[in-house]
Amino acid sequence: MKKASFKVMTASVAALALGAGAAAADPEADLVVNGEIRMVTKTDAPAHLEGHLDTIRSGWTFRTSETQALQMDDFDNPGMIFVDGAQEAWDTAEGTAGKACADCHGDVAEGMMGVRAVYPKWNEAAGEVRTIEQMVNECRTDRMGADAYKYDGGDMAAMVALISSVSRGMPVDVAIDGPAQETWEKGQEIYYTRYGQLELSCANCHEENYDYYIRADHLSQGHINGFPTYRLKNAKLNTVHARFKGCVRDTRAETFKPGSPEFVALELYVASRGNGLSVEGPSVRN
Amino acid sequence: MKKAALGALVLMATTGLATAEVVAPGEVVMDEYGFVPAPLTDQPGDPERGRKIVGTKSLGNCVSCHQITEMSHDVPFHGEVGPMLDGLPHRYPVAMIRGILVNSKNVFDGTVMPAYYKTDGFIRPGNGYTGKAAEGAIEPLLSAQQIEDVIAYLLTLEDE
Ligand code: HEC
Ligand code: HEC
Repeated sequence: MKKASFKVMTASVAALALGAGAAAADPEADLVVNGEIRMVTKTDAPAHLEGHLDTIRSGWTFRTSETQALQMDDFDNPGMIFVDGAQEAWDTAEGTAGKACADCHGDVAEGMMGVRAVYPKWNEAAGEVRTIEQMVNECRTDRMGADAYKYDGGDMAAMVALISSVSRGMPVDVAIDGPAQETWEKGQEIYYTRYGQLELSCANCHEENYDYYIRADHLSQGHINGFPTYRLKNAKLNTVHARFKGCVRDTRAETFKPGSPEFVALELYVASRGNGLSVEGPSVRN
Repeated sequence: MKKAALGALVLMATTGLATAEVVAPGEVVMDEYGFVPAPLTDQPGDPERGRKIVGTKSLGNCVSCHQITEMSHDVPFHGEVGPMLDGLPHRYPVAMIRGILVNSKNVFDGTVMPAYYKTDGFIRPGNGYTGKAAEGAIEPLLSAQQIEDVIAYLLTLEDE
């Protein structure tokens, strides 16, 4: 019954959520997608955040109830349209090797289950930490003989959303020790650096001031468990690095490039702050 | 109607500015608490213009972090990151308010509030909000006159 009423609401709600006066977030609401995937949207912070945060909360808990509702059913989630497109790409042979992703990885739900939850991840062969985007492009260029996707472009966002979608509900669990530790520490340093003419760090907004409004924006803790996110603001899927770029730009700083070593390190660090939250991507945000 | 009048005012002020004496960002004299007693220009601040700067996103954008009751009827979405500014002149001397605007970090250690009259010491400063590197000398977020205008406005704020 609840589900049906959400569907009827959708069209008008999408417009409403963008405007003023949308209903305030209900931080205690439960996120259950399609009536079956129960998400952890609030949990104890991982040990490495001791002294910084006690409880971590998904970005979903900070959104208005209208925006929240859009993520509760795949028929209402505009991000799922892009996932359908990526499913087609997954099965389509491309490049000089005449291979599709499916030829090596099989059904995405089997081949990619659990992957989103543990990335970025140390890659022994490469000798560095790699993101899912980098792995997708490695397959495309080295194994398929196809062109790399633009790191933060639409094709990439859709493919990562497809890969993420089959891990929804699993806890984010990126490794921060062993060979990944050095990269993680670099990411941590970036997180606390006050960049730009406004001299603001990620922590200034997402650790010290989350749950407050900065102008019309309700600040979240800035976790990335929901990525790629479909944003009502630009009506497309957004990659993690595109979001980082936007936030750094807003401090009147020179940003780092999507796919750069700095953003890879930052991604590992920010992902680890959300260890324990559920993989939600593709999520819906404003 | 009101808007047109304000436009004329801004124009007059800019012409007046050409001859104004201005203290450069590197030359501001402050005391041990980060307070700045002397005005940054010899032209008095204008509260009308100051109000505009405080409420405009591309200018001071102060309401991004501060609530001001007097402004809530015509400027929507005031942030909550900083303290509410109602009644400010009853709490703080003007030298302190000027010091906070010039470089809030001298007055409140480690504050998230940006320094509005500072031009160096930034990490990866950008070319405005383009995400690209800054080119050439960095302009302060607000000019000396704009700072004095904002102060003149803040001095009008009563308790609500
Ligand atoms: C001036 C304030 C500010 C700074 C500094 C800032 N952000 Fe944000 N960030 C925002 C706002 C506003 C939003 C949109 C509301 C929200 O989701 O928190 C946002 C959203 C995000 C999101 C999306 C969260 C979601 O659930 O979709 C991520 C991830 C993020 N920021 C990461 C970062 C990182 C990493 C940094 C530092 C490189 C950073 N932010 C710096 C203001 C800031
Ligand atoms: C990014 C957020 C932010 C912006 C933008 C900002 N401020 Fe602040 N401001 C703060 C915070 C936070 C404090 C509290 C000081 C501290 O950190 O303890 C503060 C303190 C102040 C105070 C002292 C108020 C008190 O009661 O202690 C004044 C006055 C002030 N700001 C004026 C301004 C003006 C005027 C502007 C714009 C030209 C502005 N601020 C822009 C965040 C901000």
